[in-house]
Amino acid sequence: MSRSVPREVQVIERIAETATVFTLRVRFTDSRICRAYAFHPGQFNMLYLHGAGEIPISIVSDPEDEFALDHTIRAVGRVSQALAQVQPGDRLGLRGPFGRGWPLTQAIGNDVVILTGGLGCAPAVSAIHFIANRRAQYGHLNIIQGVRHADDMIWQARYKAWAQLPDTEVLLAADEAGTHWSGYLGHVTDLIENARFDPKNTIAMICGPELMMHNGVIELLKSGVPDDAIYLSIERNMHCAKGHCGHCQLGPHFVCRDGPVFNYADIRPWFAKAGI
Amino acid sequence: MCATVAVDPLAGFLPHSQLPALLHALHETGYRCIGPQARDGAIVFDELQDTADLPWGLIDVQEPGRYRLTEATSRRAFAWANGPQAIKPWVFQAHEPQWTAQRNAQGHIRFEAVHVAPQATAILGVRACDLAALQIQDCHFAGSRERDAAYLARRDHLLLIGIHCARSADTCFCVSTGDGPAIDRGADLILGEIDEGLIVSACSTAARRIFRLLPLERVRPEQWAMLRQEVTNNAGSQRRALPSQDLRNLLYAKLDSPHWSTIAERCLSCGNCTAVCPTCFCHQETDTSTLNGEWVTHAREWDSCFSDQHAHLAGLEIRSEVHLRYRQWLLHKLGTWHEQYGRSGCVGCGRCITWCPVGIDLTEEISAFSSEETST
Ligand SMILES: Cc1cc2nc3c(=O)[nH]c(=O)nc-3n(C[C@H](O)[C@H](O)[C@H](O)COP(=O)(O)OP(=O)(O)OC[C@H]3O[C@@H](n4cnc5c(N)ncnc54)[C@H](O)[C@@H]3O)c2cc1C
Ligand code: SF4
Ligand code: SF4
Ligand code: FES
Repeated sequence: MSRSVPREVQVIERIAETATVFTLRVRFTDSRICRAYAFHPGQFNMLYLHGAGEIPISIVSDPEDEFALDHTIRAVGRVSQALAQVQPGDRLGLRGPFGRGWPLTQAIGNDVVILTGGLGCAPAVSAIHFIANRRAQYGHLNIIQGVRHADDMIWQARYKAWAQLPDTEVLLAADEAGTHWSGYLGHVTDLIENARFDPKNTIAMICGPELMMHNGVIELLKSGVPDDAIYLSIERNMHCAKGHCGHCQLGPHFVCRDGPVFNYADIRPWFAKAGI
Repeated sequence: MCATVAVDPLAGFLPHSQLPALLHALHETGYRCIGPQARDGAIVFDELQDTADLPWGLIDVQEPGRYRLTEATSRRAFAWANGPQAIKPWVFQAHEPQWTAQRNAQGHIRFEAVHVAPQATAILGVRACDLAALQIQDCHFAGSRERDAAYLARRDHLLLIGIHCARSADTCFCVSTGDGPAIDRGADLILGEIDEGLIVSACSTAARRIFRLLPLERVRPEQWAMLRQEVTNNAGSQRRALPSQDLRNLLYAKLDSPHWSTIAERCLSCGNCTAVCPTCFCHQETDTSTLNGEWVTHAREWDSCFSDQHAHLAGLEIRSEVHLRYRQWLLHKLGTWHEQYGRSGCVGCGRCITWCPVGIDLTEEISAFSSEETST
């Protein structure tokens, strides 16, 4: 039921990440729903703002955080800009969770490469949390994040903290540097060759603009990671999130239901193809 | 669906003069009846109050970009082939409220699902292609783990009265898609029309209740022979066709063909083809609110992959150009549909050919891609 009709949530906190990026911590007002709600990292919700509409937003909090669900949103258009005005105490609607998330079970025992670009970092953050909280179960963890401009790099503190985790590497890149930029200057996908992983025992998770993901796939394949060990989170226009409205089709796949996280081998014919 | 009519030993014959008895039996058993009627120069389906309102003696003349009704030589009720609408609007409605949201003065929001309470509805005169399309829509809206409540409710209240096609329009090609012109499943009652009346078969429990209320005569062997002959001849008369093999490989190999651009030079991106197509399922969800903003109704409305918002992403239009939209349409309909629902999304009704304002014909475009293949 909560997948067809929104449930009311209350905004607990609004965190400004950058001038246009903000995080909304929300909690169901009905405690039964709160207890029953469970998600996997990489899944998303449809967030509804009264009078504005619904949009798909990934869940970035830890699945074990029973208190609230975090959504990190970039204000880009009608609904997301209206959501940017929301204040703690305000009520929204939420349907979800939808789709298939990251392959965190398959990744157990493997090295992990998490490659993200732009706000593409948001959907992957809950995967990072998940691995960080079960650090011993996974091999070497590479967190590779790129932004166009250094000033867009959000969660600097989190990256610093993650870099302190055992057996973990954080590699940051910016196409354009700011004044205090100490990371790599250039394309984020260049950093793949600096990452440490055993290509035959690696799971790669990529999220970001399609061109960046495409380049990331090429680099990973070059470094010997098999195509079916690469996972991508895809964005398409969405209305229903239930596999019915047809807007999110990527070739034969309904991104809302069969994705948004796909195994690269499954979508290869359709991925990064103009007009698909 | 198939190309020949199977003889049903339990069938009965209903003379045209007794057709009111069918309408009466439907009303008696609690159904409202939706039936074909001529309106504004086309066959449309609407509530049928009187069998005199059926399109007696009319046939449709269809060709790419053109449709008109004309007098037939015989006085039958079902001599026409089809109109712009299939039965889709009676199950997957063009506009369907999904839920409402009410925000009170404290800013609390109450969400409520909109439940539909459909009336038992009989649809008279459903074609084989439209029954096939309904089966496809059943898979889409009711076959996966997310079953659509409104669709299911309307579907469960339908009684389908199918009719074999003894005549095709010039645009029909259901024989090549394997969806007609005869009906072998998917209907509750099946009718076959000859000059004197209708051969009636009952195929479900609900239909047998109605069947028993009809003043039926025994079907004479020559009546069966006449019906079978007409439908078989009709199947042989279709001049358009899609290649019967799965067109996936052809289309997947043609994604970068220059021919898409030559289609786009003609295509107006109006979306008529998707609006008349009985299998297209795309819709958008929109909110309308009361003036004071207290109430919002979230509804779904038919949408089309030809609309400019269909594949909009903030900062990125996936299909800004018309050739990409036409490609999406054909690629989905005849290609990726196989992967989604185990068959093509085309049932050969020909509507998209007739109702295209510039007369684009998908069977011709497929031939163009095929010949491009043999020439390269
Ligand atoms: C699975 C998934 C997860 C996402 N996770 C996040 C996230 O965590 N944070 C974030 O900031 N953004 C995320 N997005 C993108 C976000 O949904 C869009 O930025 C948002 O829909 C834009 O809506 P708008 O009304 O502000 O923009 P407008 O440009 O005004 O868009 C109008 C309408 O088009 C549709 N639309 C536009 N862009 C997108 C898009 N990229 N994806 C899907 N529908 C779109 C929506 O229906 C929207 O209401 C995600 C998208 C998907 C598909
Ligand atoms: S694609 Fe055209 S011919 Fe095929 S089912 Fe749709 S409207 Fe009919
Ligand atoms: S994508 Fe286009 S062809 Fe496919 S169902 Fe939607 S409107 Fe019809
Ligand atoms: S969002 Fe409607 S089908 Fe995927």
